[in-house]
Amino acid sequence: MDLKNKHFVIIVTCVIFLACKESVPKLRDIEGQRVQVNYSATPKDSIENFIAPYRNRINQVLDSVLAFAPKAISKTDGSLNTTAGNLMSDIVMQEVNPVFNARTGKKIDFVLLNFGSIRSVISAGNITERTAYEVMPFENSVVVAELDGKAIRAMVSFLIKSTVAHPISGIQIIVDKNKSLQAVNIQGQPFDENRTYFVATSDYLVTGGDKMDFFKDYISLTDSDYLIRNTMVDYFKKMDTITAFEDDRFITVD
Amino acid sequence: MDRRKFISRTAASSAFVGLGGLSMNSCHNSSSKHITILHTNDVHSHIDPFPTNHSAYPNLGGLARRATMVDQIRKENPNTLLFDAGDIFQGTPYFNFYGGELEFKLMSILKYDAATIGNHDFDNGLDGLAAQLPYAKFDFLSANYDFTNTLMEGHVKPYKVYHVNGIKVGVFGLGIELAGLVTKRLYQETVYLDPIEIAQEISLTLKEEEKCDLIICLSHLGYQYQNPLKPDDLKLAASTENIDLIIGGHTHTFLDRPTITNNRKNQQMLVNQVGCFGINLGRIDFYFDDGKQSASEGVSIKV
Repeated sequence: MDLKNKHFVIIVTCVIFLACKESVPKLRDIEGQRVQVNYSATPKDSIENFIAPYRNRINQVLDSVLAFAPKAISKTDGSLNTTAGNLMSDIVMQEVNPVFNARTGKKIDFVLLNFGSIRSVISAGNITERTAYEVMPFENSVVVAELDGKAIRAMVSFLIKSTVAHPISGIQIIVDKNKSLQAVNIQGQPFDENRTYFVATSDYLVTGGDKMDFFKDYISLTDSDYLIRNTMVDYFKKMDTITAFEDDRFITVD
Repeated sequence: MDRRKFISRTAASSAFVGLGGLSMNSCHNSSSKHITILHTNDVHSHIDPFPTNHSAYPNLGGLARRATMVDQIRKENPNTLLFDAGDIFQGTPYFNFYGGELEFKLMSILKYDAATIGNHDFDNGLDGLAAQLPYAKFDFLSANYDFTNTLMEGHVKPYKVYHVNGIKVGVFGLGIELAGLVTKRLYQETVYLDPIEIAQEISLTLKEEEKCDLIICLSHLGYQYQNPLKPDDLKLAASTENIDLIIGGHTHTFLDRPTITNNRKNQQMLVNQVGCFGINLGRIDFYFDDGKQSASEGVSIKV
């Protein structure tokens, strides 16, 4: 390389150096894609080993068989009441009533849960504690709200307008084919607007969840400190066979 | 990726051919930069893959597989950031048994850079979330939840600027309205602020004061709602500027590819969401040059 060329290269380099130093990064190209996490990626050993003791403990607890379901129990097998909804609300009634009674001397009049909180079907076959986790993964507990007649009336209107079957137990609602209310019975007695009722429900609903605003005006509120999931586990432990049926607790008559 | 390598190699080998090539390439090589953004949302404690007989997602997902994929991508491009758009918690017994400890520990091992807070991350209350913070070696970003006077005060930043290979990546988080969605007892005194107003402010701060080259929003608002008053990612995109990418969550929306949409200045930007349960990993690659080759002002987007 002769001298003239050397100078030239030095000058060009300086110019380039200065030019580069002043540059501001400019976004030019973007490429986006969705990458599926599937069998093609080998699980990383160190991560697997890290998870293993946590997983083993959970499986040990969850996989012991508690009961047996001869038929699948689902929240979508009926329109106004369903097998899963009826089972859940009946379990809450049966398991929580003694706790509530022991604490207050009163009895639960009826139960209202929400359709959305049933997160899984109970498949035919063995029922384990894992089943209860699948159906009710949330850490919601049962509370008992004392409501006046006006609130109960608002509740019944809400249930009639609802497009999904919210689980109920201890209350019967009868409508005609135009969805006009025909009768409401609570514990087998006609609804009395002049008295108050003890309604067992989820702490999620009583604090504004699922827009069940009629719970806001409760007269009294009693915590049961009983997780909905644990009511299921305790019930499954007592029973050998778990069956549930669609019935007449919420029906349409001609 | 291969096309790009090919171009840059070709350019490098022709660098000494002519003056044009030389000047173009010296700058290009010193300041052409590639940032990879990886993201998840709504993993909901899904640490194990779905069983092979699962009706919807057979044999999909799994954190140990995600770890392998993230490792490979980081090997390919060390200038990679990894984010989560919220709802880390709730959905499997891992959460019920351990309260989120394992989720945070594993995300820390995978070297997540930041996450925003989803509504289900409040499921064990503010105390339940705060109790797991020691296991999280990543940032929590939320610009529209005010945690003043709660246990979370001081543990959540509105935004953070990540310096990656000379590129300033500004990242901020947004959360969904809690009233009516989360029990008050769980979120307590957390105050929800209008996400779109906050996003307008923060994105301006990131652009003008922090001089960020890339601005990313981690949003747990949800992809799209019919209700015009309910904020979502597409409304957020249309009513802000300076944001390059919104990484979304909450609605469990499986987008086949990121959505290209326009911001309020009619500039193209991306909104992405990769479903839920760790079934997918979102990947967005950003390529920068030094701003000298001003042949075109626009950004080319390939999805």
